[in-house]
Amino acid sequence: MSLNIDFNMGADGDDLFNGLLAAHEGLSPSQSEQMNAALILLLMNHIGDAAVIRDAFDRARSTLDR
Amino acid sequence: MARYSFDPFAYVTPPELLGAAGTDAPVIIIGAGPIGLAAAVDLATRGVASVILDDNNVVSVGSRAICWAKRTLEIFDRLGIADRMLAKGVTWKVGRVYRGDQEIYSFDLLPEDGHKFPAFINLQQYYVEQYLIERCADFPDLIDLRFKNKVVDVAQQDGHVTVRIETPDGIYQLHGQYLLSCDGASSQVRRQFGLEFDGRHFEERFLIADVEMEADFPSERWFWFTPNFHPGQSALLHKQPDNIYRIDLQLGPDANIEEEKKPENVIPRIEKIVGGRPFTLDWISIYSFNCRRIERFVHERVIFVGDSAHVVSPFGARGGNGGIHDVDNLCWKLAAIIRGEASVELLQSYDEERVHGADENIRNSSWTSRFMSPDGAVDMAFRNAVLGLAVDHPFARRLVNAGRLSLPCSQEASSLPSADVDLFDVPMRSGIACLDAPVMSAAGRDWLLRQLGDGFTLLIIGNALPQADREFSDDLVVIRVGAGGFADCEGKVEARYGRGVYLIRPDQHVAARWKDPDVEQVRAALRQTQKLILA
Ligand SMILES: Cc1cc2nc3c(=O)[nH]c(=O)nc-3n(C[C@H](O)[C@H](O)[C@H](O)COP(=O)(O)OP(=O)(O)OC[C@H]3O[C@@H](n4cnc5c(N)ncnc54)[C@H](O)[C@@H]3O)c2cc1C
Repeated sequence: MSLNIDFNMGADGDDLFNGLLAAHEGLSPSQSEQMNAALILLLMNHIGDAAVIRDAFDRARSTLDR
Repeated sequence: MARYSFDPFAYVTPPELLGAAGTDAPVIIIGAGPIGLAAAVDLATRGVASVILDDNNVVSVGSRAICWAKRTLEIFDRLGIADRMLAKGVTWKVGRVYRGDQEIYSFDLLPEDGHKFPAFINLQQYYVEQYLIERCADFPDLIDLRFKNKVVDVAQQDGHVTVRIETPDGIYQLHGQYLLSCDGASSQVRRQFGLEFDGRHFEERFLIADVEMEADFPSERWFWFTPNFHPGQSALLHKQPDNIYRIDLQLGPDANIEEEKKPENVIPRIEKIVGGRPFTLDWISIYSFNCRRIERFVHERVIFVGDSAHVVSPFGARGGNGGIHDVDNLCWKLAAIIRGEASVELLQSYDEERVHGADENIRNSSWTSRFMSPDGAVDMAFRNAVLGLAVDHPFARRLVNAGRLSLPCSQEASSLPSADVDLFDVPMRSGIACLDAPVMSAAGRDWLLRQLGDGFTLLIIGNALPQADREFSDDLVVIRVGAGGFADCEGKVEARYGRGVYLIRPDQHVAARWKDPDVEQVRAALRQTQKLILA
């Protein structure tokens, strides 16, 4: 399997994106950092495929070069 | 309980300084730590003589390496001291990890039985050194152990090595064919050779203490992240024989060593861990650690073994154990070369296999270090997220890293042959150390690993190669389990190995295996091995 870079959130895209922002509301930057860390670990484990996860690391990091 | 007495060993004026001819031992070993001593015993069991030079005359002061792993104990069994270690040591296999006061994770390191040795025993390094020194005395013609003999210079010319040695009676020289540099983490030979000790230094400081107390703590390894008794840091409690407990306390990178070492600072910290039980302080040390190795372990006739070649943080118990695995790998090869049965090329496989092993140990211990003392806000956030998730999320417990304890390394990087000719659906693989299992003969119940030979062994499980004894017993030790050989009394040999034929190296690692080979196939594998070994 490879990392899916096409849209994959059904009809819930905007809802989920706003849900992510809402989940951070009222948190300090360091609390947000803490929550993001937990979130990433939960999703990483759910995906469970090393190649997919490593590809995501690379793509996320390369967004910084844009 | 009587404390360990640290009696000094006798210094004897070297015969060379009394006008006698020099020793002609082929191997000179610098350092009578666990690694140098084990190497001398291993070589002696193979008939090769050595002289060990140590600048000191007592065993290691302080417990230092305490956790000895199953594979290391199997090697020590071959060397003849494991039964003593097992009798004296504290056997344990359960570890518990806490965050604050809450247990978040526990592990059982040996969930299956049918092994002679447990996953780990705890035994102070000074006992191991004492047992090895006493074992050396069983080989008076092969091991010449010299205390208060400090090596000050090493040289190698074509065909031999020369060392210059300082003693209370003056300076003398020894010549040998090979030199084992077992002189520890600050190896003088390594410095003299100008070898870069490459890797990483961790700033974090730790206080390590042995305390003696009467307590009913179980024989388990307890590790705390941010314990209430030591906020923001980590702590470890581990039981040793003689009512001695090892306590490790993280102090942070900025700790003042001289201040922290003062009893008025140490004692209150320990009181909090042991919950007010009376105790006495046996030994304390403050350290930071390194994960480093030299690039190559073999430099012509000078061979680096143990801490002189590689160092790791103590939290995986990979320092002492890893060094013994070096010895296991090296000594049969060196003995075969010295006896003229193998070409010096064989030493390259020590370099490849143990550099690979050292990297595995360094990688694991670096990961642990990074988890225990996160460097910066991001590392800290992920570390804390793992600890926070671990309480209710089983997956995160596997990411909690309070030490990945020493396991044998595989030898996949080796140029020595190692082949799975047929597919097996069992835990054994080619290139790994043989797993133990109970076996039974007319003489009674015994263990599989103890039957393996000092040289190569052909292990046959079941009916394969009925003519093996006739065909191979001149070259190899042939062992059969089932079909008239040892009884597989608990079925564990077959469960671990399947039915088939294993070609096993002198260090008990699998070189090749088949399900039902013919004589020619096995001969071809032997020839292939011998081509490399007997080049
Ligand atoms: C505080 C501490 C805690 C540790 N905890 C653990 C643990 O829990 N588990 C684990 O596996 N490992 C642990 N280790 C590491 C372990 O102690 C080492 O890996 C092990 O001692 C290495 O053995 P060695 O024989 O290579 O070196 P050493 O034990 O250092 O022996 C080297 C010997 O060489 C001698 N020598 C040095 N220079 C010369 C010279 N020029 N001439 C003659 N002799 C010389 C020294 O006197 C010494 O006897 C710990 C180490 C420390 C310091």
